[in-house]
Amino acid sequence: MGSMPLLQVRNTGIQFGGLKAVSNVNMEIHRGELIGLIGPNGAGKTTCFNLLTGVYVPTEGSIEFDGQKLNGLAPYQVTRKGISRTFQNIRLFNELSVLDNVKVAYHSLAKHSIISSILRLPSHFSGEKEMEEKSIEFLKIFNLDKYKDEAAKNLPYGQQRRLEIARALAAGPRLLLLDEPAAGMNPQETHELMELIAFVRKKFDLTILLIEHDMNLVMGICERIYVLDHGQLIAQGTPEDIRNHPKVIEAYLGEEVTNSHA
Amino acid sequence: MKKVKGFWLFLILSIVLYVTVQLLINAGILNQFYSNTLIFIGINIILAVSLHLVIGITGQFSIGHAGFLAVGAYISAIFTMKLQLPFPIAILVGGIIAALAGLIVGIPSLRLKGDYLAIATLGFAEIIRIVFLNIDYVGGAAGMQVSHLTNWTYTFICLFITIVVIMNFTNSRHGRACISVRENEIAADAMGINTVYYKVIAFALGSFFAGIAGGLYAHNFYIIQPTNFGFLKSFDILIYVVLGGLGSLSGAVISAILLTLVSTFLQDYPETRMIIYSLVLVIVMLYRPQGLMGTREITDIFGKWKSVKSVKGGS
Repeated sequence: MGSMPLLQVRNTGIQFGGLKAVSNVNMEIHRGELIGLIGPNGAGKTTCFNLLTGVYVPTEGSIEFDGQKLNGLAPYQVTRKGISRTFQNIRLFNELSVLDNVKVAYHSLAKHSIISSILRLPSHFSGEKEMEEKSIEFLKIFNLDKYKDEAAKNLPYGQQRRLEIARALAAGPRLLLLDEPAAGMNPQETHELMELIAFVRKKFDLTILLIEHDMNLVMGICERIYVLDHGQLIAQGTPEDIRNHPKVIEAYLGEEVTNSHA
Repeated sequence: MKKVKGFWLFLILSIVLYVTVQLLINAGILNQFYSNTLIFIGINIILAVSLHLVIGITGQFSIGHAGFLAVGAYISAIFTMKLQLPFPIAILVGGIIAALAGLIVGIPSLRLKGDYLAIATLGFAEIIRIVFLNIDYVGGAAGMQVSHLTNWTYTFICLFITIVVIMNFTNSRHGRACISVRENEIAADAMGINTVYYKVIAFALGSFFAGIAGGLYAHNFYIIQPTNFGFLKSFDILIYVVLGGLGSLSGAVISAILLTLVSTFLQDYPETRMIIYSLVLVIVMLYRPQGLMGTREITDIFGKWKSVKSVKGGS
């Protein structure tokens, strides 16, 4: 662990007018880790993700990814640096086919120009063919290839979540941010999701940061956990530490932990 | 490959259509009135398809398309009438200048979304019109004399190029990027798509073809006046796109044809013309709120040319 962290967040925060939504957040995520970010509703978890991905520009502190500063980069630039994400409320390209959803994520990896596409030059055909093959391969990994021509909006909920993760991975990230991946899933689906996360982590050599309310999932797979409350980090540590941390119990976790023991 | 076959079929059908109409015109079977109507249909299709790229594909609600039509019309008229340059060059330059105008308008205004963008583009289009109104070099309010140069051949070539370019653009990674902006801009951004870039590109490309249409439009009459390019003209174009079905290229083409025909043949009844025209719009929107073609392409119906399916759009 001694090496340079993949993601280094220093005293970062954002202020909306007079309201400090998130402040003084410090995080250090190393290559290959699987980290959880938890906290009660409205604690600022998604805001944190939005800061990391460039949706919001931090008003204080700095965010470094692999030694490069991310502050002020637009979301698409952050994605190209190697951070991609899913959304709390699914944001698929509904009218596009499942295959095209993945192809969009491959967009910046393909190189053929607008001119070559308009004139249908050979580079267009080879570029599009490569995108298509790669995307199909990708869908196979996620067992979504049978739906490839289906519009994304027609998939069942669990499959939409899967597709969103597949799409985020197609963008070629080194750090994957999952915003409540298990929201709205039944225990069986959550279990499958945990297996999926473990699988992609190994397969793509990923570092993962996830927001989740399902404590079974968080405690089950995360190696370290950050706890956010009222926009401040109140605790961090292993699941065991967090379970017994007085501040966390006070903030909200107490009940949940006893439940999961029961 | 299926796609390539589809293209050759399209090309052959186009040539057949062109040659048939040209022969009919030469043989005198299609008189001046009908050939003019055909040219007018062609120009309106170019306008509809170019706006379809901006609204239907990229999802940017622009209602200032007549502004770019005006730029193309005036610039090309200046080139033929004042500088005595050949018509094809004038059309091309008109398109290029309109694209530049599209860039200038698009870069600041495409930061806006929805209603705000609509109002901004409407405002810009009015500015363009008023600029021409106040330049004496192009005749001001009295208008500018233009010789009649547009014929079926020029119209058809421009129409063909417009459709092929926009179809090819749409069915590529670039078009998919534009559709992803329409479907969910935040997600598109998060997938590494430079959303501003694609919005501006689509806008400029749409403006380019509006400018091309402007060149044909100007040389189809003997005079152009700023009043021809008011916001009502923008709405005419918008109606083609909405009535055809947002996101459907063939829908835009079909509704441009239908509405041009309706409006042309109603010219004999000037008192009731706008009433009937508006009733047609109301009835279509009541019974087909998703537009004539919905989100489908005509090729979907024939089950050919699968790749065009990706053009499917929102309602």
